Amino acid sequence: MTTDEKASTKEIGDIATVVGGDTGSAGVVRTRHVTVAEPPHRLRLECGDELGPITLAYETYGTLSEQRDNAILVCHALSGDAHVAGFHRKGDERAGWWDMLIGPGKALDTDKYFVICANVLGGCNGSTGPSSVDPATGRPHGTTLSMITIADMVDAQALLLDHLGIAKLLGVIGGSMGGMQVLQWTVSHPERVHVAVPMACAARQPTQAIAFNEVGRQAIMADPHWHGGDYYGKKRPTNGLAVARMVGHITYLSDEAMQEKFGRRLRDIHEYSFSFSADFEVESYLRHQGLSFTDRFDANSYLYITRAIDYFDITKGGRSLADALRDVQARFLVMGFSSDWLHPPYQLKEIANALRATHKHVSYYEVESHYGHDAFLLEREKMEGVIAAFLASGARTFTFSGGER
Amino acid sequence: MRRLDYELIERLVPDGASVLDLGCGDGELLAELIQKKHVRGSGVEISQEAVQACVAKGLSVFHGDLDEGLADYADGSFDIVILSFSLQQLRRPRMVVREMARVGRLAIVSFPNFAQYAIRWEMLVRGRMPVSKELPYEWYDTPNIHLCTVHDFRDLCRDEGLRIERELYLRSFDRPAPGLRRPNLTARIAIFVVTRPA
Repeated sequence: MTTDEKASTKEIGDIATVVGGDTGSAGVVRTRHVTVAEPPHRLRLECGDELGPITLAYETYGTLSEQRDNAILVCHALSGDAHVAGFHRKGDERAGWWDMLIGPGKALDTDKYFVICANVLGGCNGSTGPSSVDPATGRPHGTTLSMITIADMVDAQALLLDHLGIAKLLGVIGGSMGGMQVLQWTVSHPERVHVAVPMACAARQPTQAIAFNEVGRQAIMADPHWHGGDYYGKKRPTNGLAVARMVGHITYLSDEAMQEKFGRRLRDIHEYSFSFSADFEVESYLRHQGLSFTDRFDANSYLYITRAIDYFDITKGGRSLADALRDVQARFLVMGFSSDWLHPPYQLKEIANALRATHKHVSYYEVESHYGHDAFLLEREKMEGVIAAFLASGARTFTFSGGER
Repeated sequence: MRRLDYELIERLVPDGASVLDLGCGDGELLAELIQKKHVRGSGVEISQEAVQACVAKGLSVFHGDLDEGLADYADGSFDIVILSFSLQQLRRPRMVVREMARVGRLAIVSFPNFAQYAIRWEMLVRGRMPVSKELPYEWYDTPNIHLCTVHDFRDLCRDEGLRIERELYLRSFDRPAPGLRRPNLTARIAIFVVTRPA
């Protein structure tokens, strides 16, 4: 870190407050790590096992108010991480994955709110997951790690909030698997969430989405370098992971978006090569997406996290959705995206309708977009106004007790 | 401008009722009903900007198209369903009125009366499509595609087997019409309260 960067990062206790940087940017941030569920405590997982100690990687932006009433938790999707906004170093080309919505004056205005994002339990970007070292053996967990669920991810985040001294969140927001965590938060810890914004997700992982995840997992497990998950320190199952990512990536786009982005254009050639090389732009794009993913993601984490997504079902045990959501206290803004075929708008409407049927405060908003599932990462202009308005109305009505002010 | 049509609707809504406002716009009426009548209210609105305005007011609103019907709403799930000045903009107004009487125990529909004499005058004498405070659009850019009259709406209620509980009229948004006679000729704004007989 250069002197300049040090000057732009001032620390209050354990909370990094970022100042300076370009207008609208959260500036330079760094990922922090905290250990929770330390002896004698352990986290009781949904599968029945216990896990601890647990490391969580997280980033924060903005300043926690004295009343500790302005915290917003951002939940990331399958391939996301804690780096949701700003830059790790000055001059970084790529900002955090939701930088378009988070920063001074943005929808999640870091001049007003204290924004937190943590890498999920089971992940591979600093939090405890299959690639992290099991303190009991001194070796990576691999597939000996217990199965993780969305509820476990949320419970681990709750321990992070305890560590940060946040009793109740002003808001929790996220898309895709992040949206599932948002729903789980309002069910697992109803008293700790004032407003919730689940996007591009479902109350239960739909069949088609399980099917695509299974193709991805099979690609990884069929890679000869997977070795039952015990590949750390050796050649990794990169080919399998790349194929898994390619399949996943297709489900994040749409017919229209692909047609527009690639058409049938050929890659650097004018005639077919009459071979199996990547003639088409779309092939080349997917291969690149797949391969570059293997540089930053662990194959076992892909298995664990997709499994967690597939197990997700808020209505587990045969309850109706309205029943499952009966005890939530949060005010909801549910957001669907018109061309999302992984989680089509009807899956979001189902959540909103169930909340309305039990007289919860809920709004439903549909973003018109041709970007498919990925729209929640792209459609800044169509999302920011309604999110900012909803968070502001949440801030006006926030109380630490369940009732509304 | 004080909206007398809103005031009349407010008077029809009992304190603490559950209210669904179809085509709620920026939520002005709904917000007033919540504030003055302590209703538990929710709106449906098709415009992205208007939904955003409702959310900013802290209202519960569903972004959607009324012409797709109210299949997501259970029978009798609201005390009152309101359609304020949106009837004439619907592609399927008859279906929506039918759905209102199913979802609400009481349905309130307000609309511009296309048989009011000034409108007739425009057509009859000037031979042009009428433009007024209630119908402020030129023929080529109007969202009002299904205009009707007081008589027409009564006919619709009869054909749908709905009971008209009350009819209220205004000379215009800000002019009351106490004891108005021949409302089909004299009222610019009509407010109907209808129910589905058991």
